[in-house]
Amino acid sequence: MRPTPYRLVRRRRETRDTATFEYVPAGPEQLSALAPGQFNMLSVFGVGEAAFSSCGESPRPGAFVHTIRAVGALTQAIHRLKRGAIVGLRGPFGNPWPLARTAGKDVLLIAGGLGIAPLRGALRSLLKAADPPRRVTLLYGARSPVDLVYRHELRQLRRRGQPPVLLTVDRPDRLWRGHVGVVPKLLTLAAVAPVQTIALVCGPEVMMRFTARALGVLGIEDSQIYVSLERNMSCALGFCGHCQFGPVFICRDGPVFRYDRVRPWLDIPEL
Amino acid sequence: MASPPHTTLETNAPPGSGSAMERLQCILEREDFPRLITVLQEQGFEVIGPTVRDGAIVYERLETAKDLPEGWTDAQEAGQYRLNKRQDHALFGYAVGPHSWKQFLFPANSRLLSLHRDGNGFTVETPAEPAPRYAFIGVRSCELRAIAIQDKVFLGSGAVDRTYAERREPLFIVALQCGVAGGTCFCVSMQAGPRAETGFDLALTEVLEETRHYFVVQTGSDRGAQILAALPHRAAFPEEIQAARRITDHTARTMGREMPKADIPALLKANYDHARWDAVAERCLTCANCTLACPTCFCSTVEDVTDLTGNHAERWRKWDSCFTLSFSSVAGGITRASAKSRYRQWLTHKLATWHDQFGSSGCVGCGRCITWCPVGIDITEEVRALTQTAPPTPPAPG
Repeated sequence: MRPTPYRLVRRRRETRDTATFEYVPAGPEQLSALAPGQFNMLSVFGVGEAAFSSCGESPRPGAFVHTIRAVGALTQAIHRLKRGAIVGLRGPFGNPWPLARTAGKDVLLIAGGLGIAPLRGALRSLLKAADPPRRVTLLYGARSPVDLVYRHELRQLRRRGQPPVLLTVDRPDRLWRGHVGVVPKLLTLAAVAPVQTIALVCGPEVMMRFTARALGVLGIEDSQIYVSLERNMSCALGFCGHCQFGPVFICRDGPVFRYDRVRPWLDIPEL
Repeated sequence: MASPPHTTLETNAPPGSGSAMERLQCILEREDFPRLITVLQEQGFEVIGPTVRDGAIVYERLETAKDLPEGWTDAQEAGQYRLNKRQDHALFGYAVGPHSWKQFLFPANSRLLSLHRDGNGFTVETPAEPAPRYAFIGVRSCELRAIAIQDKVFLGSGAVDRTYAERREPLFIVALQCGVAGGTCFCVSMQAGPRAETGFDLALTEVLEETRHYFVVQTGSDRGAQILAALPHRAAFPEEIQAARRITDHTARTMGREMPKADIPALLKANYDHARWDAVAERCLTCANCTLACPTCFCSTVEDVTDLTGNHAERWRKWDSCFTLSFSSVAGGITRASAKSRYRQWLTHKLATWHDQFGSSGCVGCGRCITWCPVGIDITEEVRALTQTAPPTPPAPG
């Protein structure tokens, strides 16, 4: 339960309420690196602690990077931190995305809202994998164009044309030329060879539920789909009970689950 | 009367097997009972046991045997608890009260860390004070089962919880073979009592006869045998052992409640949409009493607090409950907003998904959740309603 001190070295504003934070060890102690899909417990002195997924590696050795939306007392306190401030980190916790299974396959990375953060980590690893997938496609939906995070990186990807990036928003503005509507609708636009596709999905639960069903309609087996689930967490050690999802503890048994193993539970409202 | 049969205790032969323990049944007379508490205190234990406070029998620190609820009993029903005077001077003539032993092994509030601001950063200090060395007196069979379940949660499922482990490891347990079944007791149908067979250092059966008041004592461990050796005792006659057995047999026959016989995990997993959840949600106040009174409920939350200077912070772990709204709150909103979903989470966790997580039911049949529910919701009645009205079971998820 003991947090390790880390120093905030960089923050990058992503949207009006979201920013990416990078910290390095403040002392001699340091935690093991996060694999994409795993998470840390991050705390601010005297305010509290919560779970945050890795959003990818940093060139700085031993650094952790989290993209965080300011919504509650803790995340607002994180947003108020100045460079040089010390935070507490614990981890790594949970199971990562099954990136080893993607070698030679077609990979769909499907994100809704801030669900893009753990998939950014997956994307960055896949792009430099020794045993790379055959094809990677990123599908990403946000509430509105100004809520898209990593816009700079998305622009770079689109300029390169590889991997293909499909974006959608619920509420377009006047300048938006992309798609409008929910994320599953993007699937009809992606080139999908069902038998050799693996889909990694992260977003609000309702989005994951409908996305997984739409993937099924395309002929992708439930066992080829992975979802990253979220619940309140106080300990990340399987003690506090908050992250129960039917029979599993998301902190310990997840947060990444093979869809066929959690599907019956994901279909139950307010579980 | 024949002379008492020979016992091997005087030779300090350790009880090694079940059959050896069976033989080690001794008699402790009522007038010698206070010595048990004294001897445990002399061995450095903080003795915890039942006592009367605020109109209920609760578990607190005992100084002497005079602190026990002598001559008291309780009347329990759904949403009701009253203390009454007994006609005799029994020390343990009642069922379980609102407290369980979990408050000592898994304290309702425990400080995990102290943090001190240090220039731009902070230093972290873990509490250094030694954990208390408890001896519990009067632990019922259902409560032994509850302790075994929490052992699994905090010690046997991956990470080890330090707070629990350092209290649990030195714990000395004096079990009590129940002489009274409460109105809300249903340990028999949970296979959790009323007779304790294992998991104790000593087990007592309190026997009240016309002219005699004594305890039949079983040893369950070497430590138990050593404590017994320090007390005035003699081996039990067969008729005394039989008298003790008749007491728990009678308790088993007079249970106030019964959990229906059914494949409850499969039943609950197949009925997440059952109309009964709406019916119980009409009554449930989501007050969390059941989870606080439950001897196995283990959920907690972590809170950070600072002093007025802002330079010192502490991280506390506090009992939490799946009945609160904040329990399922994440950035995107509250997962279990309805009372229905919260009651369903509690019951299906306790009786169904607990098996997946920890290999047993989370219920021991102690009846606390029934007695201490302010509106008298009865876990056995809810399960019965589901068994009687559920459609034929489709395959359960998971």
